[in-house]
Amino acid sequence: MAETPDPKETKQLTDGETSSSSMIERIREGGSSLKDRAIEEAKGYKDPQDTQLWKSIFRVSHDRSDPRNRSLAVLSNVFLHLHPAKINRDAVRYPFTWGMGGITFYLFIVLTFTGVLLMFYYHPTKADAFKDILYLEHDVPFGKLLRNMHRWAAHLMVITTWLHMFRVVLTGSYKRPREFNWCVGVVLLVLTLLLSFTGYLLPDDQLGFWAVTVGTNMARATPMLGSEGPFGPQLGMTPFNDVRFGLLGGSIVDSNALLRSYIWHCIGIPLVASIFMAVHFWRIRKDGGISGPAPVVLESEIKAVKKK
Amino acid sequence: MDSPANQELSNATTPQGDPVSSSAAQPAASTKPAAPPPAAKPPAKAPGAIVESAPDPPVNKMRRRIVWSAIAASLIAYFLMFLRFFLPRTIFEPSSTFRIGALGDYALGVDTKWQQQYRIWVTKTSDRLFVIYARCTHLGCTPDWKASENKFKCPCHGSGYDSEGINFEGPAPRPMDRAHVELDAEGQIVVDIARLYDWPKGEKNEFDEPGAFIPL
Repeated sequence: MAETPDPKETKQLTDGETSSSSMIERIREGGSSLKDRAIEEAKGYKDPQDTQLWKSIFRVSHDRSDPRNRSLAVLSNVFLHLHPAKINRDAVRYPFTWGMGGITFYLFIVLTFTGVLLMFYYHPTKADAFKDILYLEHDVPFGKLLRNMHRWAAHLMVITTWLHMFRVVLTGSYKRPREFNWCVGVVLLVLTLLLSFTGYLLPDDQLGFWAVTVGTNMARATPMLGSEGPFGPQLGMTPFNDVRFGLLGGSIVDSNALLRSYIWHCIGIPLVASIFMAVHFWRIRKDGGISGPAPVVLESEIKAVKKK
Repeated sequence: MDSPANQELSNATTPQGDPVSSSAAQPAASTKPAAPPPAAKPPAKAPGAIVESAPDPPVNKMRRRIVWSAIAASLIAYFLMFLRFFLPRTIFEPSSTFRIGALGDYALGVDTKWQQQYRIWVTKTSDRLFVIYARCTHLGCTPDWKASENKFKCPCHGSGYDSEGINFEGPAPRPMDRAHVELDAEGQIVVDIARLYDWPKGEKNEFDEPGAFIPL
């Protein structure tokens, strides 16, 4: 009867058998299906990509010889599918793009990561803030490194944003159809600077305190919304209800100002910036990809086109 | 003479019925010995100019392994640093060791004088002095010492312990733990609640170990 059972048949009844097949045959079937599962397992040790575990995680084949698989590897990945599956070869020409947009985004990721870690040791209160920074510097393993990385990344991000904008101007990448994306980028610049400003107050040291004092004192002079600005007093603005009061949560730079600065810095502005970044990157895709010079074509590719 | 390049050239120009083979011949045909050096510079300066490129050099497996190992080593190092970051070197909590006077300060039985300050009871029997850590072994409440009934009773779920802290009723799974005690140079009793001795049911009884009591 069954010598080496066909894998396809072990799961169902063979011809002519009813459900009341003999015990022996049922045991044999059970044993052979076990054997098939064992063979399946053993295949996995030779090539992990054949196992069901792999297929469940990755879903698509990662065999790079098939162009469809190479596209699918990007398109079906939650982290990568935001990238286009194909880009112009010259999109990676650093002499043209400088890579500054990408570097700025990378610095944003670094700032987010280091910032979250720093949050584990920081209390946004007048009693603790300054001490917490000292604690990070001296008592927390790698605290000094993280704090300095955060500070350096912040400064560098402003610089790389500026270099990115400079490059965009020099390459005319603000021209049609990219005008709106330029405007989104300007908003992102303002958000970057606001992140720097709100973060500056958090150590609650002399530098931060006076920087915020000066900055918010300027807000007093806002037209119509400031208690010392044109038309402000006429509209009922006083130091206790004007835009400066709204920023500080009070009329002085004190514990409310620190807390608000903390929330703007860690949650409010990053959320808004993330939305604007999403739009900014999306518009790059939709406006024709990263801007670059006319594409370079290899002679071999010209010939292939003619051939076809 | 038929140099390989010339042969490929002639292959490329004679019509081949199979598009696959003709396109397969192209990557080889792209390298012409007479071509300019492989700098990928367009011969004409106009945009969209045609360039040629050299063939890819053979894969350097050792270099790839070194790079991937360096990346893996860095990531592992960063991960270890990440874990270490969460364990500060100093904290601002009361010390776990403290002094509670001399042996002679305590009478036989249970003394509750340090319960509020240190969460301990000092128990003196005929042959030893030991310190019970006042934490119910059920869910961690602080039991009460009922002197009139000569037992500890936990108000949370009713666990009962005898005058030496051994559980006899209620949901407590084991006796209350005892703290490390020793005498210092001046004869003062030093207690360390970071080092506790326990007696889980069916396991080793640590209450007779040298640090779990002071013999009288």
